[in-house]
Amino acid sequence: MEEVFSSKAYLNMELLRFTTAGSVDDGKSTLIGRLLYDSKSIFEDQLDAVKRASLQKGEQHINLALFTDGLRAEREQGITIDVAYRYFATPHRKFIIADTPGHIQYTRNMVTGASTANAAIILIDARNGVTEQTFRHSYLAYLLGIRHIIICINKMDLIMFSEDKFEQIKGKYNEFARKVFPEEDLRFIPISALHGDNVVSQSKRMHWYPGGTLLHVLETLPIQNDYDLIHKRFPVQYVIRPQSSEFHDYRGYAGQVAGGIFHKGDQVTIFPSRIKSTIASIDTFTGPLEEAFPPLSVTLTLADKIDISRGDMITSSDDFPMESQDIGLMLCWMNPKPLALNRKYVLRHTTRTLYCMVQEVEYVMNINTLEKNCTQKTVIMNDIASVQIRKTKPLFFDPYQRNRITGSVILIDEATYETVAAGMIR
Amino acid sequence: MNSYRLTHLRELEAEAIYVFREVAAQFERPVILFSGGKDSIVLVHLARKSFWPAAFPFPLLHIDTGHNFEETLIFRDQLVQKLNARLIVGSVQESIDNGRVTEEQGYNASRNVLQTVTLLDTLELNKFDAAIGGGRRDEEKARAKERFFSHRDEFGQWDPKNQRPELWYLFNGKKRMGEHFRVFPISNWTEMDVWQYILQENIELPSIYFTHEREVFFRDGVWLAAAPFMKMKSSEKTELKRVRCRTVGDISCTGLTLSTADTLEDIIREIAATRITERGGRYDDKRSEAAMEDRKKEGYF
Repeated sequence: MEEVFSSKAYLNMELLRFTTAGSVDDGKSTLIGRLLYDSKSIFEDQLDAVKRASLQKGEQHINLALFTDGLRAEREQGITIDVAYRYFATPHRKFIIADTPGHIQYTRNMVTGASTANAAIILIDARNGVTEQTFRHSYLAYLLGIRHIIICINKMDLIMFSEDKFEQIKGKYNEFARKVFPEEDLRFIPISALHGDNVVSQSKRMHWYPGGTLLHVLETLPIQNDYDLIHKRFPVQYVIRPQSSEFHDYRGYAGQVAGGIFHKGDQVTIFPSRIKSTIASIDTFTGPLEEAFPPLSVTLTLADKIDISRGDMITSSDDFPMESQDIGLMLCWMNPKPLALNRKYVLRHTTRTLYCMVQEVEYVMNINTLEKNCTQKTVIMNDIASVQIRKTKPLFFDPYQRNRITGSVILIDEATYETVAAGMIR
Repeated sequence: MNSYRLTHLRELEAEAIYVFREVAAQFERPVILFSGGKDSIVLVHLARKSFWPAAFPFPLLHIDTGHNFEETLIFRDQLVQKLNARLIVGSVQESIDNGRVTEEQGYNASRNVLQTVTLLDTLELNKFDAAIGGGRRDEEKARAKERFFSHRDEFGQWDPKNQRPELWYLFNGKKRMGEHFRVFPISNWTEMDVWQYILQENIELPSIYFTHEREVFFRDGVWLAAAPFMKMKSSEKTELKRVRCRTVGDISCTGLTLSTADTLEDIIREIAATRITERGGRYDDKRSEAAMEDRKKEGYF
């Protein structure tokens, strides 16, 4: 532990966010419990509480899955209701796990958990092999722009740690993956979450497996290219005007860099006005920067006095975002009330808020078979649909698969103010 | 490390600054909940960073149980003066005097639960529509389900089973009259992140976080501070010990750690070696397994 938290190492760690997907009995909670337990992220009082609860339920061993229980109703019913976030660290990285429930409102929760993740762990029960659910989980991870997929073939202890069976499952998955997402970074690990094989420590019972443990893979995944560092995008979040004598004429545009690397002196164009200017400074509390890249939160000042407000986007002058009033979306519907065509919804895109209408449902994706259903025109909760929307004003955007920040939107019901859908721009 | 990658603390900082700016943009009357504890001190530091060179556009709100460590109050007043910030105090004593709440009786009496009423009353009185808090998801199992923007109904209640989905960083702060939001900019930070950040940024803390001598007594596995309003059983007696606070709350529910740590580096070493969670020393969480969930549903911090 001493080594893990020496400040020198700690102040130089990277962050990796990942999500976990699996069906009800694939052992997802056990796997997370195992990661936390074996990486020594469980504290004595938490361990005591789980030991007590395991005993009370008449179980012989510590039930690792109980570490991830949250709400009272979840403990009572033995289910997970909502996305929960868990944390652990090793000397190399700090990890944020978006732990998504296996059944209830599956799509809605997995989409939520996956939206901020760099990597996805997909669990397969070695006894059952690749199932419809595996396809569903993989498709959603891909749709949400996750570039690193780790397939954990779990419960290897129940199939006698068979290399043949592992290779069979891997082969079947690869066949599917080649068709659906050929460019993904895909890895396979045979594990037993219950006994700890290949989770944090190398299994002594699967010498045929040459790769690293799950934790080793998580520690070494190359994630430096997960942000778009090419196309400069800076959605203006807030205008800073100090109104003080010291900074009398100061006008700064605060925001988080969404793409590209901005330099002091860069020629930039502001959308929607398309006025051009030059970056005069990149300001932060601790002093000006020469350059800013995602996901830094900074304040830009420009050489010219221009009227810019929240929702505008500062981009490079030779590489514009796309601009259109009509856009195609992959929509994940998240509300019990179905999608209504030609009804006004509030649309949020980066820091911008406007109105939109869904004009056409092109198809609804059957996420179990990955077939497009072009005759279904109603979109209900947990559906993934391809739709066309029209907005009151043009949007400036990038395709979601290039930039998850400038390519994502949410729809809000105008009457209830609930977030009813997540959309990825095609 | 690649030069275009941030360290994890820088990434968490950038995320928190983004959240602060969203609050300023989406709400009319936001306020920072300030307890004088390390998490709220980090919040204030991040708020300064978010709006510099302007001052942060929020007042601070302290819910005062009247049972404070004096060092915290002194620190609070100095910080407010230094930043030229506006401080609003909601007094639990006043809520008791007005009959809004009834003081608990007995040995384990605490004003911790009563704070919720004072907090909600103060938010309503000042028409605050967003209360920014230092809650972290690693603190407690009910908190692990919190959103960055957490909706509260007109009674200030949290409905954990029916939260709005929160995707990417597109926060939905829309609400009806009388409803408000709780916002948690450091949701993704752990206790260790907070301490390492305090070290990295050289943030000043109240002296009670560092070792000092204090009259304490032992109850149910926790060292508690002796104070005139702390009712002691006849079997309990005070002792003078070298202690420090790992978290700071109301005296009646803040467990003290026996410790000689007098620098941030010492504290970090101590926490790294500790095998008990931060809230393990919190008397308020020991009341039942769902103590935090229940309080949060009612409108607690």
